[in-house]
Amino acid sequence: MLRRLPEQKGRKVRFLFEGEQVSALEGDSVAAALMAAGAGTTRTTPKSGAPRAPYCMMGVCFECLVEIDGVPNRQSCLVEVRDGMRVRRQQGAPGLPGEADDDPV
Amino acid sequence: MTRFDLAIIGAGPAGMSAAVTARDAGLSVIVVDEQPAPGGQIWRAIGRNAGARPGNLAILGEDYASGAKLAARFEASGAQFWPSASVWHVDSPDDGDKSLTVAWDGVTRQFTARALLIATGAMERPVPVPGWTLPGVMTVGAAQTLLKSSGLYPEPSLLLAGSGPLLLLFAAQCVAAGIKIAALLETTPPGAYLRGLPHLPKAMLGWRTLLKGHRLKRQLGVSGIPVYRAVTDLAAKGAERLERVRFRSAGMPVELEAAHLLLHEGVVPNPQLTRLLRCEHHWDAAQRCFRPDLSDRGETSVDNVFVAGDGGGIGGAMAAVHSGRIAALEIAERCGAVNRPSGDVEIVKARDALRAELAVRPLLDAMFPPPDWIARLDGDVTVCRCEEVSAAAIRNAAALGAPGPNQAKAFLRAGMGPCQGRMCGLTVTEILADARGESPERIGYYRIRPPIKPVTLGELAALDGSD
Ligand code: FES
Repeated sequence: MLRRLPEQKGRKVRFLFEGEQVSALEGDSVAAALMAAGAGTTRTTPKSGAPRAPYCMMGVCFECLVEIDGVPNRQSCLVEVRDGMRVRRQQGAPGLPGEADDDPV
Repeated sequence: MTRFDLAIIGAGPAGMSAAVTARDAGLSVIVVDEQPAPGGQIWRAIGRNAGARPGNLAILGEDYASGAKLAARFEASGAQFWPSASVWHVDSPDDGDKSLTVAWDGVTRQFTARALLIATGAMERPVPVPGWTLPGVMTVGAAQTLLKSSGLYPEPSLLLAGSGPLLLLFAAQCVAAGIKIAALLETTPPGAYLRGLPHLPKAMLGWRTLLKGHRLKRQLGVSGIPVYRAVTDLAAKGAERLERVRFRSAGMPVELEAAHLLLHEGVVPNPQLTRLLRCEHHWDAAQRCFRPDLSDRGETSVDNVFVAGDGGGIGGAMAAVHSGRIAALEIAERCGAVNRPSGDVEIVKARDALRAELAVRPLLDAMFPPPDWIARLDGDVTVCRCEEVSAAAIRNAAALGAPGPNQAKAFLRAGMGPCQGRMCGLTVTEILADARGESPERIGYYRIRPPIKPVTLGELAALDGSD
């Protein structure tokens, strides 16, 4: 879990995580807000169902994937919190468009 | 479709500097970035901290605070800026303009540009130790981003493990903020100063950086943080999340309880866009990573595609500022916006400044050598986090005849998950090179295909070609 330094000015933002109300500060990324709220896991892996949490916070690891307002595959470290957002853990990974026809050889 | 003289991907030091230079020359410029505000990773949230949260500037230090000036010049430059935008494809036909496909503001948009500057910077080298996928383990850079963007920090007990300037800088920032670090686990092989010594004379050109490094070390020395040296065999343990960290320090086994473990083994160029564009790359043995081949003005092997900043090889923020300026001047000359003689005078000046900035790099590379154990990882360690592929499986693919990463990918799905190989690419190259007894350069890297970012169905449906 994360703690916040004193004197971090900003408007309070409220959103829903798995149906529960969470509060954050304006300018927080969804990933940061979830870790500050003690969410622990942001997604589970498609293969073994292992829990994962944000690893890089800069858009490269994709461990922070969540569903935001019904849209899956959102990188929560790249999205800022907004009032009333509905966020859910991503269970497994829905395929990305274009992935199915990837032919690596 | 809108056409620009120059499209810049990335609004960090290199991208902002290039945009300011190109706008001064009168070019039409668009800059897109994934983040909600300019600054890149080094100057993340610089606007907010310089504005509403000035207290954070004292914690983050003067190098961080210095970014506010360039960010302000960038915002006043008149370059079109799309923040929170993800580039999912770039097309570079043999003759003619580059075309970019970008999801921005819920809509997919396309535009063209005569020249493209890739300024997407660096990412931290993935550190595949046992348990690195557990919640509670993240990179030092991730924690630093949380601190810069939100004033957030990990609760006790917090361990930092790894090697390199960024690790030391973050530790010093924690000390300044009063954030408690339970222990620092240094994986730097002993003898850093001795290794650095031969490079010292050349590095003196960058004496400012050396002085800063020295001050950092002293600050940490007096902070009283317990330091374990010559750390090897690092492993994170826990069921659903991190509970303990095990390692050897100078050969002696140690186990510590921990809620958070931050890893760092240096930074490497983010390869995604230069690979997508099929630019030529070479293996940099000193930094153990691939870098795009670049001309002395930053052009890749693909015409009118340039790279500036750490994406071309690690040089740090100030080097990025200079290389961004060099690329922008060359592009302005090609567009006829600056005449060659006067542009070249400026380029020579910027190149001198760049050389001075890069003077300390060989010393840093010698003091903090990149990890040499990655090729020899234990078989059961997860290499590809997305598809959960182990080191043993990669070696197995090599034994079955996979000559390179793309065949390993076909066998194992390694690199086919959402991160598209960003987290396993270098490790797979190193393991295959070791297993096959070939150079990493011969082994090569994943072929990267579009889309390089997840595209939502909504964004695909709302394709706006007119923008
Ligand atoms: S935390 Fe790595 S992509 Fe978001």
